[in-house]
This record gives sequence, structure tokens and C-alpha cells, in this order.
Amino acid sequence: MKHSIDIDYVANLARIALTDEEKETFSRQLDDVLGYIEKLNEVDVSGIEPTAHAFPVKNVWRDDVAGEAFPVETALANAPAKRQNMIVVPKVVE
Amino acid sequence: MKYEAVIGLEIHVQIKTASKMFTAAPVGFGEEPNTLTDPVVLALPGVLPVMNKKAIDQIIKSGLLLGCDIAPVCKWDRKNYFYPDNPKNYQISQYDRPICVGGKVEIEMPGPSRNVMGDHHFVELTRIHLEEDVGKLNHFDNDSLVDYNRAGTPLMEIVTEPVMHSPEEAFAFLTALKQAMIYAGISDCDMEKGQLRCDANISIRPAGETKLGVKVELKNLNSITGVRNGIEFEINRQIRAVEKGESLVQETRRWNAEQGITTPMRSKEMAHDYRYFPDPDLMPVEVDEDWKARLRAELPELPFEKQRRYFEQFDLPYTLTSVLVPDRKLSAYFEEAVAAHPDKPQAVANWIANDLLRELSTAGRSITDSPIAPSQIAGLVKLVDGGTISNNIAKEVFIHMFQTGKDPEVIVEEKGLKQSTDTGELETWADEAIANNPASVEAWLGGKETAVNFLKGQVMKASKGKANPQIVDKILKEKLGALR
Repeated sequence: MKHSIDIDYVANLARIALTDEEKETFSRQLDDVLGYIEKLNEVDVSGIEPTAHAFPVKNVWRDDVAGEAFPVETALANAPAKRQNMIVVPKVVE
Repeated sequence: MKYEAVIGLEIHVQIKTASKMFTAAPVGFGEEPNTLTDPVVLALPGVLPVMNKKAIDQIIKSGLLLGCDIAPVCKWDRKNYFYPDNPKNYQISQYDRPICVGGKVEIEMPGPSRNVMGDHHFVELTRIHLEEDVGKLNHFDNDSLVDYNRAGTPLMEIVTEPVMHSPEEAFAFLTALKQAMIYAGISDCDMEKGQLRCDANISIRPAGETKLGVKVELKNLNSITGVRNGIEFEINRQIRAVEKGESLVQETRRWNAEQGITTPMRSKEMAHDYRYFPDPDLMPVEVDEDWKARLRAELPELPFEKQRRYFEQFDLPYTLTSVLVPDRKLSAYFEEAVAAHPDKPQAVANWIANDLLRELSTAGRSITDSPIAPSQIAGLVKLVDGGTISNNIAKEVFIHMFQTGKDPEVIVEEKGLKQSTDTGELETWADEAIANNPASVEAWLGGKETAVNFLKGQVMKASKGKANPQIVDKILKEKLGALR
């Protein structure tokens, strides 16, 4: 079946490996999602200004005051592996 | 065939703030790993980013300083990618609506020699946008270690048009940009600390061609010399390749400073599909005229503007301005000294640029930590001007001032260094010099004008350098003339 999404490309961008079976399943599911979103194209938006947000709220900020940082133990609490107070990840070559 | 290089730069500048771009975690450099994080930096579930007002102020200031248009409305976007330097798997950045648009930076090309001012021209900017810095990866043989201290630091990306044509021009641009940023207090721009980082887009084309060639993105230009050397190598590499009949490919290469070469980066790691979309967690920023006017009032005079003013107002030579102007604190020191004694700006500048900087550098101190106050430099120049001490004695007084921090007037008084204008004493020494050196006297009488200098030297020596040379000269000539 022909899908509207290139599942290998998407999987690569997400850094995940998929079996052929999974590829078929996810392709179908993503098609469904895209098809659902397509419905938005049926709405007439002529004369409506584009916006990044649903609410007319702007300039929400805080003053530049430093707060408490996590103790290093807390920062690393969820790390599956750590060394020298840093998080160990598989070797990433530049 | 002759080739022309075309260079555009992308410069990342960390904005100097106390807290991070979207959270209150403190900003710092050289701290223990992973000690500058909080739930937002680590992207723990349920957190929300909140903008740092100062970072926005500072980027608007940068834009105003560099003549950009400030967008009335700008927004935040997510740049999506999977790499462990960012725990959110996206970087908050600005995509299609950056806060600063256009702009230009005045640069000075190298002159024919160090003492001669080079040509000035403007390098156009495309845009400046605000984003958050990412964490730092340390690579080892079998794994990599991640430190999130840097993650979330406010970061400006400054993009130039592809309008530069030589490594020297890129270097001059970077120097001018850096000075402007330091002047305005926006960043310290220390490349060693990663506060300023530079990538270059480089292509070549046959001279006269107007279409751009195939572009190579050069990364890892992490020092000011790296920028110059890396770009120079890459231009030559491209020319050599084309001359050998090879075709260039659009790619990302990395500058290897140790080997002095550029090497391709793995294309697999750089799928440039970031699937930008507006960040729903953050509201847009609206900048009105009042806000801009407030920030405009805080802008400093740019270094090149100051240099032109020094030429006009103080008649300083280029060599002195090129020492004083690049350092805002040094130029402030100079202007404070000149204000205290406006008659001789060049003498004041000389004392600062030569003597004071030399002593400070030997002592390992900075201008803000100078033991001599600007008004004391002015005082010293005044003493020389008024004939109280000679230039030679002034050098001696200066060293005492540096060592003790005392006023020059006090040192002159304490050490009895006042130039002797007591003509009675001078006349006695002059008589002695004439009596003891008949050969010089003969020579002078015989028409050799310079013979008086030896006699003058004797009087100066007798006075221990405190005699006023002009007065000694006058007395000796009168006495010699009487012998004719």
C-alpha cells in the first residue's frame, strides 16, 4: 500500500529502528493522523490573520534573577549511567 | 584562472545574564559539571519556559547598535533534532520571525602597516535571532559524557550576508563585532570560554562571476586565529580541487586546528530537517517604540565613532587611538584624565598608552585596578607643562606614582625633584662648567654651536637633573657670549 509519509526518513530523524511490520503499522497510523488533520483544510480561513497562538497574550517574562540550581545528585538522579558527574551516552561521532 | 572567495559568517554570542534564557537556573562557566541545571534545563515533565527579560533587552540593544530593524512582533519556534546535547530534543529558537532584521557592521581592513589606518567599509547582516545554548559533550573512546551547565544560556545568532571575500575581511568583521558587543556590555565574547563561536559559509567562483558557487559550511573555528587560518585553508582547498577538475559538493566540514586542515563531517549526523514549528509554550514578543527608545538611550558610542572623535577633538594620531579605543575602560580612563587637564591630550594619551600600560602589564594588573588615578596622570602632565619638572624627572615621578599611588605633586615635593630655577645656583654651576672645560668653550667660540651641549650636560649633572634645560641653555649662552 502507498503511504503519504516516508516512514524510513521519519524513523531516521527520530533515531529509532523499526521492523517491517512496525513500519507498516506506523505508516498506516500516521496516514490516519494526517488524514484527520487534513480536515482543517476544509475550514474557510480567508480574512483571518495568521497567529502563533490562540490567546492574545504577549510579553510574558521574568526578571534576570538567578535562582537555586539542582544539586548535582538530583540533576543526575534519572541518568541510566553516569561518570565524573556527567551523563554517559553512547559515543556520538561528530 | 582567478577565483574569488565568497564568505558569510554565522556567529553565536552568549548574552551575559545571571540566569538562563527560559528559567532561573544560574549561568556560569568552569563550574563543576551538571551543577547549573533545574527542572526546565533538564526538560522534566510538566515544566514551562519563561523568557528572561534582560536577554531580550540585550538582543534589541545589539540590533539597535548594529542598525537592524527591530521586528514589532517576533515569536519562538522549536527546532527539532535528536542529539544528547539537548534534553528536550528540540532547541527553542526563532525561525521565520527573528527579532532583528538586516543591519550592518563597520569594519577596518588591515592597513599597509601597523601604524597606518586601513580602509573602512560595512558588512551587511541578514538577521539576528535569540535562542538557547545547548549542553556540552565530551567524547571518549567508547562513550560520550554530557554536561548540561551550558544548556539554556541565552544565545544570539548573528548571520551575515555572503559579502566577504578574504580571511582578513572575516577576521576584521569578527574583531569589530566583538568590540561592539563588549562595548555595549552584551557579552564578554571570550572565545576560549565559548562565549563567541563562529561558523563560516565559504564558496569560490571565477572572478567576475555573479552566481554563488557550491557552499561549504565550516565549523569549529573556535579561536580568532582559527577563523583566519580555517577560512584561508578552505578557500585554497576549493581552488585546488576545482583546478584539478574535481567538482565541489555542498557539505559541512570541520576545521582541525592541530593539523591545519578541514575534514568532512559525517553527513548522516546532519540531516538538516529540523521540522520547525511555533513553540506553544511561549507567547510572542511585541516591541514598541517606547521600549526601543529606552534601550537606544543606553547605547554606547561605537569604537569607530569614538576613534573619529579622538582624531577631531584631541588630534590624536592613529597609533594612539588604536591602543586607547578598543578598550572601553581604557578610553574612559583617558577621557577622565583629559578632562582634568584639557590642554595636552596627546601627552596624556602617551603617558597612558606607553608608560601606564607597560607598568600595568608588568604588574599583571588591569586598567580598572590601576594604582594611578586619571586625575594623577593629568597632574603629572601639568607639572611638565608648567616647567616644574622635566620630562626625564617625570618618568621617575611616574614610577613612584605607580609604586605608591601618591599624587605627583607630593612625590616631587618629598623627593625634592622640583626643577631648579634658582638662577643664582645655576649661574655658579655654569661658571664652573665654563672654567673646567676650556676645550668646549674654545670650540663654541670657534663657531661650533653644539659644543654648548657638553657644558649643559655638566650643569644638569651638577643639578642632579633638576635644572630647567631651557634656562641653563640661556645662562650658558649669555656667559659664553660675554667671552667673545
